[in-house]
Amino acid sequence: MSKISLTLPLTNEEIRRLKIGDTVLLSGIIVTARDMAHSWLLEEKREELSELLRNSAIYHCGPIMLKEEGKWICKAAGPTTSIREEAYMAEILQEYGISAVIGKGGMGERTAKALQEFSAVYLSAVGGAAVLLADHIESVEAVYQLEEFGVPEALWVLKIKAMPLIVSMDSHGNSLHKNVLEKSCFVLNNK
Amino acid sequence: MCSFQEDIFIAEMLELIRQASTELPEDVEKALKLALKKEEENSVAQYVLEMISENIQRARKTSRPLCQDTGLPAFYISYNQSVSTRLIRSCVKKAVVQASEKAYLRPNAVSSISGKNSGNNLGSGIPYIEFEEWSKHGILVKCMLKGGGCENVSSQYAIPSPGLEADRDLDGVYTCVMDAVQKAQGKGCAPGILGIGIGGDRIISMQTAKKQLFRTLDDVNEDPLLVKLEERLLKDANKLGIGPMGLGGKTTVLAVKVGASHRIPASFFVSISYMCWVCRRKEMYYSLDGP
Repeated sequence: MSKISLTLPLTNEEIRRLKIGDTVLLSGIIVTARDMAHSWLLEEKREELSELLRNSAIYHCGPIMLKEEGKWICKAAGPTTSIREEAYMAEILQEYGISAVIGKGGMGERTAKALQEFSAVYLSAVGGAAVLLADHIESVEAVYQLEEFGVPEALWVLKIKAMPLIVSMDSHGNSLHKNVLEKSCFVLNNK
Repeated sequence: MCSFQEDIFIAEMLELIRQASTELPEDVEKALKLALKKEEENSVAQYVLEMISENIQRARKTSRPLCQDTGLPAFYISYNQSVSTRLIRSCVKKAVVQASEKAYLRPNAVSSISGKNSGNNLGSGIPYIEFEEWSKHGILVKCMLKGGGCENVSSQYAIPSPGLEADRDLDGVYTCVMDAVQKAQGKGCAPGILGIGIGGDRIISMQTAKKQLFRTLDDVNEDPLLVKLEERLLKDANKLGIGPMGLGGKTTVLAVKVGASHRIPASFFVSISYMCWVCRRKEMYYSLDGP
């Protein structure tokens, strides 16, 4: 299986070239965000993060972090279910100009349209593979809203190297999740 | 003579939580290895299962949580009447706090009212502890860590169920379970393990479902009709093509385990407790006979 190495921020051309089923090794700066973070990002434009997020990636993840000798270490960082963020995602993609959303389980129609319109991709990380994924995090660069949201919901800025991901929604309106859903529906109804 | 020593019990509880969080049970690992062999060469499914396998090795070797979502810690405890359950409960809580400090558990207790995370996995109803007295002179603790993703796709049906052609029999149960697997897609971190509870009221039904998840994957049901149902569900669920993480493939479900309780004439509940592939269950026995 051939793997495509990419480094954030991504160019429009790099994004458009990606197709569902492609495997990617992603490097660069990403920011974790879960339910509270998504709502916080939309309450008002967060200037402190907007530069960082432009053409970069949001990771749907609530990691396990440990402070060792004053430094944050990421112990485990697998993806969380992305569909919970469906209500926010399209607007965040537009507002912050994000190039990639990393998560699990895929997202809905609104996000699929936004990926097309604003040129971005959805990348699946393997759920539960939290140690393997954490090993691709080189460093914890910063954290936002830690006191307010707690460890899982805070926005962690992470530097990643060659994180293994699968393109499951591309910028051309294709969704591997939708294809699998339709096929399984067909099998179930024609038993 | 009772020889319950708090500090030793807490230390053993901490080790139980560490192992549950970082070491996947052998039978589950074996099933995942078999699944890997069945998937097509160079497929996404094969790639996903390879990463899963690598993750299992690294977690065990480096004593790190297999998955960052360590769930709502649940403990099922068989105890001897010579030990106070209040004392055991307080020891379990202390072990949970220590496990959180050591990052074997993610701080997962969030107030449903304020949204505030307690930071140490203690909260109203957390950890979940269930006691049952037994005659042995020791304490058996079964620990289950079940993440939120698979808990969210777990479900309960009351037959007859609107929109579903399910009768109040085992065929109806089959229909409900297949519907649940289809709806879950990969969101419960497939390939999953299905704990099914039939009968009871809503609580008993789901409890029965969840407790099935303590059965090893090769455990054979005592009821021959349920053996048949488990086999049929496993075979047909894997025909759906949902695959590892819902990205397509031959392995959607690793095992199906069904338990039945009596019901009242008016009700027929079917509960599906969907367990992700990171099926974290572990038990330990604390002897009261002393060294």
